[in-house]
Amino acid sequence: MDEGLIAKNSPPPMRLNKGGIVPAFTPPPLPSDDKRWKIVNGTMRKNGFARHALIETLHTVQSSFGYLDDAAITFVARSLRVPLSQAYGVVTFYHYFSLKPPGKHTMTICSGTACYIKGSDKLIAAAEKRLGIPQGQTTKDGKISLMTARCVGACGRAPVVLTDGELCGQMENEPMIEQLERWAVE
Amino acid sequence: MTIEELDQIAQSVRAVNAKFDYEVNVCMGTGCLSQHSDQLKDALVKEVEAQGKNALIRRTGCMGLCAAGPLVLSDPDEILYQHVKAGNAQQVVASLGARPIPELQCELREHFDQQVHIVLENSGHIDPERIDDYIAHDGYRALLTALNDMTPNGVIRQITESGLRGRGGGGYPTGLKWNTVAKAPGDVKYVICNGDEGDPGAFMDRSVLESDPQRVIEGMAIAAYAVGASKGFVYVRAEYPLAVARLTACLREARRRGLLGNNIGNTPFNFDVEIRLGAGAFVCGEETALIASIEGRRGTPRPRPPYPAVSGLFGKPTLINNVETFANIAPIIRKGGRWFASIGSERSKGTKVFALTGKITNTGLVEVPMGIKLREIIEVIGGGVPGGHKFKAVQTGGPSGGCLPAEMLDIGVSYDALVKVGSIMGSGGMIVMDDTSCMVNVAKFFIEFCMTESCGKCIPCRAGTAQMYRLLTRICEGEGTMDDLELLVELSDTIKSTSLCGLGQTAPNPVLSTLKYFRSEYIDHIVHKRCLAGVCDIHAPLSETGAHQEVMA
Repeated sequence: MDEGLIAKNSPPPMRLNKGGIVPAFTPPPLPSDDKRWKIVNGTMRKNGFARHALIETLHTVQSSFGYLDDAAITFVARSLRVPLSQAYGVVTFYHYFSLKPPGKHTMTICSGTACYIKGSDKLIAAAEKRLGIPQGQTTKDGKISLMTARCVGACGRAPVVLTDGELCGQMENEPMIEQLERWAVE
Repeated sequence: MTIEELDQIAQSVRAVNAKFDYEVNVCMGTGCLSQHSDQLKDALVKEVEAQGKNALIRRTGCMGLCAAGPLVLSDPDEILYQHVKAGNAQQVVASLGARPIPELQCELREHFDQQVHIVLENSGHIDPERIDDYIAHDGYRALLTALNDMTPNGVIRQITESGLRGRGGGGYPTGLKWNTVAKAPGDVKYVICNGDEGDPGAFMDRSVLESDPQRVIEGMAIAAYAVGASKGFVYVRAEYPLAVARLTACLREARRRGLLGNNIGNTPFNFDVEIRLGAGAFVCGEETALIASIEGRRGTPRPRPPYPAVSGLFGKPTLINNVETFANIAPIIRKGGRWFASIGSERSKGTKVFALTGKITNTGLVEVPMGIKLREIIEVIGGGVPGGHKFKAVQTGGPSGGCLPAEMLDIGVSYDALVKVGSIMGSGGMIVMDDTSCMVNVAKFFIEFCMTESCGKCIPCRAGTAQMYRLLTRICEGEGTMDDLELLVELSDTIKSTSLCGLGQTAPNPVLSTLKYFRSEYIDHIVHKRCLAGVCDIHAPLSETGAHQEVMA
């Protein structure tokens, strides 16, 4: 993380309310004019800027921006008065949060048990070979991200892939590669 | 809202439905939606208008038989059509009141006849986003009866009498848990519904939340009344967007009808529910980790006691039950604990929903009475292994369960029987494997899962699963030794007895059960340097193989 982020504008030290008066808390200003920050702020306001809203808020950031960058994590941590280390710890603990921007398109291959039994490992290998990247990464041109999921709960249709979030069941190598080809030439 | 008002709503829904000559239910669960059953529904609506038939086209939740989707059920003739595409809409509508279409008809009597539906009684019959549909199927009657005619203790007595045990896998008696929370001192208490269905290969909770979310909310409200809570949380995986959307709609409707909020049913009882999204951590299915996650922290478990029943969410007494457990509550209150106890086996009452997947003909969701034989589930309801392959193993209980061979198929499914043979009930995933699966590789797959999902808090789980994975990889690559097997067993014992939470304590189960029932496959890999299923890539020089064989002989 950028060191300057932590030192600059750190909020006043908080005192626990034990007889003393806690200074009124003013949330930090929005990082930019981007309207999506208002959505993020809305989630926090709905939860009364409570600390336990951290994961909820990070979900909103991820769904609005597609990923979480340093500026976003710092803003959320400061608004909720959570130590930056804790916010960063939460972001890296949960698989769902991503620190890197996703590609234009995302191919997610389910690697749950039912899909594995029905050969999803071969699908993953084929996609990795076609794109030339390991799972969890994005192609250099930023067009396609290749991800794996721990079961999307559509085991009845295994093996399953998600093309840009849309579920396709009983997938085979060829249609999947064809989809990747279509995205690659877009 | 009173019981009379519920009756009025139910009657008006029935009156509206009675105006139609036919009802056509279109499955719009995740499985069928992925095959565009939404387009099918639109096509059916258009076609009904075009042909001038007096038919109601209804969106419903999962009908269970995901392998044959998209599914359409036409009433009152109760004809089930499978693999219906939007292009078949004209045919389907024309067949209403006429001869059924033989090429689309699904004739799987034995699949459905063996099942007993309690949790899934409404799935596939009601529109999950319309609360009135649920009310017309006796919905919220149990809640209002409990609030008006029963004491909190009376509710707990019914649940205790029913013999219901936690459906998340642990099998802890639900009545006992409720009683502990009810007796715990404190004004503020919480009810949490655990919908963090992390087991790969299991989708019961997703289906229940997608098909009949009101039932879960009603169960939570009854629980809240019984233990004295006024706030609830549903913790759902973020990977289940449809379930989250339906749950959100369902909460909105319940508030609108006054079935959530203040003074429910004109009594002093207040209750509301919030949704919390999981963020992809398997360990959050463990109750203390789940609580940490709701509190906005990393999902790491903590030692118990104190149990959540005494000190849980925000340090308050908290009741945590699984989605399926809550889904069982309303029928128990409606029909009585004794009725529920009459179903199932001696120490496991009621029914269990299983997600039947893998190498099996009828993949999908089934609900069977406890005590039914595994063989019946797999061969009769599931239709056996397809493609002329041979059944090899069935894996129950997710990554922490065990793999059972064909000889074990005659045991009855119950919490205790499965533990006795080295597996667990788990949340209800049932994955069938045939002779194309290598059991050593399967064990490696599960250990890899537990290794990556270990939260890292306690050493046996964090380091132990990594070592087990290393040993299994070696065996799969043909470089293992017989000493490795002993090491695996020793390591498993350590991990089982010293890990902090259920994840670590059960992580070695797949390895131990495959070592017990499929030891010959391990020996094949180690001594003969071969994988009979052809899954593992073993490059061993032939001469060496021969030498080992001689040693063995």
